[in-house]
Formats: sequence, C-alpha cells, structure tokens
Amino acid sequence: MGKAFSKPNALSDTMTHYCPGCTHGIVHRLVAEVIDELGIQGRTVGIAPVGCAVLAYNYFNFDFQEAAHGRAPAMATGIKRVRPDLIVFTYQGDGDLASIGMGEIIHAANRGEKFTTIFINNAIYGMTGGQMAPTTMPGQRASTAPTGRNTDLTGMPIRMANLLSQLITPSYITRQAVLKPQQVNKTKKAIKKAFEYQVEGKCFSLVEVISTCPTNWGLTPLDSLKWAEEKLLPYYELGDYKIPE
Amino acid sequence: MAKVLMKGNEAIAEAAIRAGCVNYFAYPITPQSEVAEYLVKRLPEEGGVFLQGESEVAVGYMIFGAAAAGERVMTTSSSPGISLMSESISYIAAANCPAVFVNIVRGGPGLGGILPSQGDYFQATKGGGHGDYHLLVLAPDGVQEAVEMTMQAFTLAEKYRGPVMILGDGLIGQMMEPVEFPDNLKTEPSNKDDWATNGMDTRKSKKRNLVKSLFLNPTELNNNNLALKAKYDQMKREEIQFEAYNTDGDYKVLITSFGTMSRVCRTAIDLLKEEGIEVAMLRPKTVFPFPEKAVFDAATKESCKAVISIEMNMGQMVEDVERCVKGQRPVTFYGECGGDIPSPEKIIEIIKAMI
Amino acid sequence: MQTEIKFAGFGGQGILLSAKLMAYAAMKQGSFVAWVPSYGPEMRGGTAYCTVVISDKLIGSPIIKNPTHLVAMNLPSLEKFVNDVKPGGIVFINSSLIPITSNRTDIEQLVVPINDIAIKAGNIRASNIVALAAFAAKSKLVDLDLLKDCIKEEFAAKAKIIPLNMKAFDEGVNFANNNI
Repeated sequence: MGKAFSKPNALSDTMTHYCPGCTHGIVHRLVAEVIDELGIQGRTVGIAPVGCAVLAYNYFNFDFQEAAHGRAPAMATGIKRVRPDLIVFTYQGDGDLASIGMGEIIHAANRGEKFTTIFINNAIYGMTGGQMAPTTMPGQRASTAPTGRNTDLTGMPIRMANLLSQLITPSYITRQAVLKPQQVNKTKKAIKKAFEYQVEGKCFSLVEVISTCPTNWGLTPLDSLKWAEEKLLPYYELGDYKIPE
Repeated sequence: MAKVLMKGNEAIAEAAIRAGCVNYFAYPITPQSEVAEYLVKRLPEEGGVFLQGESEVAVGYMIFGAAAAGERVMTTSSSPGISLMSESISYIAAANCPAVFVNIVRGGPGLGGILPSQGDYFQATKGGGHGDYHLLVLAPDGVQEAVEMTMQAFTLAEKYRGPVMILGDGLIGQMMEPVEFPDNLKTEPSNKDDWATNGMDTRKSKKRNLVKSLFLNPTELNNNNLALKAKYDQMKREEIQFEAYNTDGDYKVLITSFGTMSRVCRTAIDLLKEEGIEVAMLRPKTVFPFPEKAVFDAATKESCKAVISIEMNMGQMVEDVERCVKGQRPVTFYGECGGDIPSPEKIIEIIKAMI
Repeated sequence: MQTEIKFAGFGGQGILLSAKLMAYAAMKQGSFVAWVPSYGPEMRGGTAYCTVVISDKLIGSPIIKNPTHLVAMNLPSLEKFVNDVKPGGIVFINSSLIPITSNRTDIEQLVVPINDIAIKAGNIRASNIVALAAFAAKSKLVDLDLLKDCIKEEFAAKAKIIPLNMKAFDEGVNFANNNI
C-alpha cells in the first residue's frame, strides 16, 4: 500500500511557532503543495513579511528573502525584474500589506508585476500583539482599540481584494478562506491558479485568505472559526474579484 | 578610448553599464534625474532592466531584492531620497548584499535646496539608517573620478558584500567634463552560490539560500554585528584612498576637504603658492573608511601649525579630522551650505587670517 | 592660462548648447574643460546661464564668479552679469534684444545683432549658433573648422537642420570679422 499522506517537499521538517488554531500552517502547506505540483521548488524565491510569518522561511524549503515591514512587493519586483525566470511570491499579513505596505502592493499590482502575493487577512496585528489593523472590523476590540474599532476615528476596514480589482491593469485577484475544509480546497485551487499565471508570465496575482487569530481575538480556535464565518465573511465576501483576459 | 564630454550624471550612468551593471531602479529627484533619463535609453540596448519605482522607499527594496538575487544593481538619488532609502540600506547592510547607491547631494535639511552641498557626510559615513553598519563611501571630486569610482563600486560591493555609496553633489552631477571609461575597472561578477537567492537549482549543492536580517537570538545577532565589524576593519586596512596635495614642502596650514570643495581648495593653494605661502591639502577619496593615519601624519608634520577643514556643510568631516589629529594641532572649520560654493578668494582670505 | 566664458540668456535660447559646443571643441583641441550649468526651476523660461572653463592645466574650482568673457543674449543677462566680468575681459552683447551697452570702460564690448543675423540666415532658432560663431571668431579660443565639425556632430541625428546652422555659423563669423 502506498503512502496516503506526506509532507510536501517544499515544506521543511520543522515545528512552526504559530499559536494553536492559527491558520498560517494550513496556508503554508497549500503553498508548498502547489509548488511541488508545479515542480518549481528549485526556482522559487519566497519573500517573508514582517508579522507572524516573518519566520516563514524556517518552514519552507527553497530560497527565501526577508523584507522590511510592507516592502515585500518592492523586493519581489526587484527580483522578478532582474530574474524573470524565477518564481517569486510574497507572503504578507494585513498589517504588512494593507497598512504600511499599501503603496508597494498597489503599485506592484498596477505595474502588473508577474509575481504572486498570498495575503493573510485575520483582521488584526498578530506578532506585535493584537493591535488594530486596517482590516479590523467595526467594534472589534484590539489592544489599540480597547473599546472596539471606532470607525468615526479610524474609517472602515479596507477590502484589499476589492480595492486592487479596481486597477485597470489585468490581474488575478481573489478572496478565499480557510475556515472549513471545502474553503481550504478552494483556496488551494486559487493559489495554484495564481502560481500558474506566474509560470505563464501572465499577470500579477493576489490571493487574499480570510484567516483566524485565536490568540489576539481572545477566542478558542473553534470559536474563532465561527466568529470569522459570522463577522468577517459577510464583509469580506469570498470569490474571484478579477480574472485576466 | 578617446575622451568624451559628458555630464556627471550621464557619465555615472554609463560607468555603471561599463562596469557590468545593467539593472537600475530609481525615483526622480533633482539634481540627478539625468541618470534615469540616460539609462532609460541605454539599458534596453544592453538587455538590462530600467524601472522607475513609486517612491525611494520602494526603490530601496527593489535594489535589495535584485541584489539578493545575485545581480549587479544600482540606484541614484539625492539627499531627501537617500533619507527614504536609508531604511533599506540598513537591511541591505545587515543582510550582506552588494548594491551601489549614488547620492548626488543637494542642500538640506528638509527640502533644503537643489544646489550642491556636502550636508550628507554624516548620513553617508556614520550609517544613516538604524543599527550598527557602514557603507563604503567614495567621494569623487569631478566627473572623471565619479566614473572611476562608480566602476570600482561594483567590485567593492561584491568584495565586501555590502552597500557602497558614491557621495557626489549637484555640481558633479550637472557639470560636463571630459571623461574616459577605463575598461580595466570592469570586473567579472563574483560567485554568489553561497548566499544569493536565485533558485536552488542554480547551485550544485542544491542547498537553499536565505537572505535575512532578523536574529532574535542575541548571540546570533551579536555574531552578525561582529561579522559586519570585521568587514569594516578590513576596509580600513585595504580600501583607504586619499590625495595629498602640495604636502612635500614646509606648509604651515593643512586643509582637509573632499569632493567638489577640494577643487576650490586646490585652486586656492596654487594661488597662495604664487604669493609664497605654502598650504597643503589632504583629501579623503574614501570618506568611509577614513584615511585616519594620513590625516594624522599630514597634520603633525613639523612645519604644520594648524588644520582647517573646509566643507560645503556646517562642520561634519571636521569631526573625523579632529578625531584623527588627536589634539596634536588646533583644528578649525570653514563651511557654507546654502548652495553657493565658497570661492578660492574666500579660502585665501581665511588661510591668510590663520597665519 | 585659463579662460572662463559665461553664456547667459533666457531659457530656450540654446545657451547651454552653445556653451557645450565651445567646451567640446576646446576639449578636442586638447584643453582641459568644464561646463557648469545653472539648473533647477530657473531653467524653465527664466534666466539661464552656463559657464565654460577652458584651461591648459587641470581645472581647480569650476565655479567662476568673475569670468573673462560674457556672452549676453538678453538684457537681464547683461544687467545681471556685466559687472562680474574681469577687468580687461570681453562682453558680447546681442543688440537685437539689448538696446544698451555697459558703462564699464575697463572691458571690451562687442555688439552683435545676433537674432537679426539668425533670421537672415533662415531661422531665429539658430541665434545660439550665430552667437557661438561670432564669439569664436573674435575670441580665437578654438579653431573654427573644428567647431563647425562639432556642430555637425551634435546635430547628426537631425541632419536636415545642419545646413541652416552652417549658414548661421558662417554669417556669425562674417559679421564678427567685418563689423566688429
């Protein structure tokens, strides 16, 4: 009988530092599976963000660079422009991508840089300890919004996939989630499509993944999944926002 | 090759290509935009990459990404832009990546002005961004030297696997002078298999490479800083360049000056010599590493009674000069930094008042 | 021996190009040269000026406050810079646009109707070449044939305007030789 389940080659054999119930591990695995399936491990360069995934390079087994906060799309641009043959992806959280790195992601997408961005949206700053993110929901509590996000003072949560899909430059922009098994399967399909577009040299692609942060949300892993389903998904609607011609 | 008449900015651009760098990312800023305007035409001819980034912040990381992928890469900017790039320069230094930054300095602080200045000496030589790092900084005094130093910069960046800066100014960028491009300054790219993130398949070992600057373990971080320090110490042993002007005779005053300002000083020294007044100049060509011993030796020559640092700023390199002279001679300073360059006559007046 | 020429006028008169051609020819003749422009917002339609330094030895300071020569293409340029010219220096005045001369007696003033000559040669836009030619003919700093070659080289990509500029050059030289 053959092996039924094994670790993808693109993942290293290391325990992650992620909290119990965190969905980073799921997305890491999906990315690694796609890289294995496309046979691109030897020419892939990942870019780690600043945030919980700053140490992502410890869990993947291929070349990696570490960016400053928000700057991963600029680094990816640098690599991809000088070495278009490499497969380059950034892996960024919502503080990194939607706050400090807003300029870099918009311009990279608008230039149609041929790399892939995996965007983990869990509506909070994780690594720095639960501060408010641009994606934090109205009324959602955070360490810098102790009574809940006041949208009169801080505006409404930014929907990155919607926003990026408004750019005229062709791209693949999709929002997925990893709260249920069928969502995980769809997310993998989206990640694969995003990498395929890059392999074909077609367009910029971004897969936003609605994720959880039980630790900073102050919920159990199971309650986190339920909370995300109830509070995040109605605002952050899933689906493809833009598909290249 | 015959001499050609070129603007400093264009000559720097061409020098980069002649040195084997065909990757350029930049953001427009006066007084250096001619570099981009030149390269946008030239790089496609060389099969290279030209990209105008959305900001100097982003450009700094485009440089970081390209350098980490093992390619020769350059950007050019001017003072406010270099401030924005300083974050990335800190990361690039920490992550041991070779890259060339050209600063065509303009007056500051703030928006300052667009005329020549040497107000970024501290920023260039003492770090600029956060943390313990240095760039190797070359300060040309004209277009020909800007060409030679730009070409050398790529070799030095790879030798030390770190950022190298050309510290010019608006005059050097805007002025035209005759230049030659010495072919012998072009070097073959170094082997980057041990560190560059250009795909595991490219190297025999098939081991993955990681370019990073985060060391949460205090011992590892300390070790990275010690390794950086060792590079800076090696630079101090191997890379110091300076010019000693009129130091043979019995001079009473030693001028220290760099870049554009040193040319004016040279004219003043020639004119003083005609009047029978001997003045010497020590001009650092590398401002980091600083020619510490040369400055000390020139300042402490028996005939020399005083040292004056003359700069287009409010007194920056003079701090290094004082450090090197170690109290053996009085060290004074003269500088202007509105954009006007002090005239030879002004310098003569100041020197005469000293003796 | 060092010569310093300030070319001054308003943006669009081709001052920078005249100066560059002068520097280029001097370089080809084996001199040390530096071409130092004014730059920045003042380039956009305001007063433009440019200094060319020509020397038989390595040029120290290329920043010249008191040039030996001034080529003034418009009135504000003459007013702004004439008092800076070294005693014994030479000033070229574009009399098409400058109705006056300086009251300095320690400098030589050469009056040339540059724009009128250019119009006669075929196009007012060749004024800068007329000025360059007249200046070169009187100052004798560079060989005139060499300078013509430099102009042809400069316009190589726009070959159809070379005859106009050659004509302007010759007219400029003729005026300088016969009238001043």
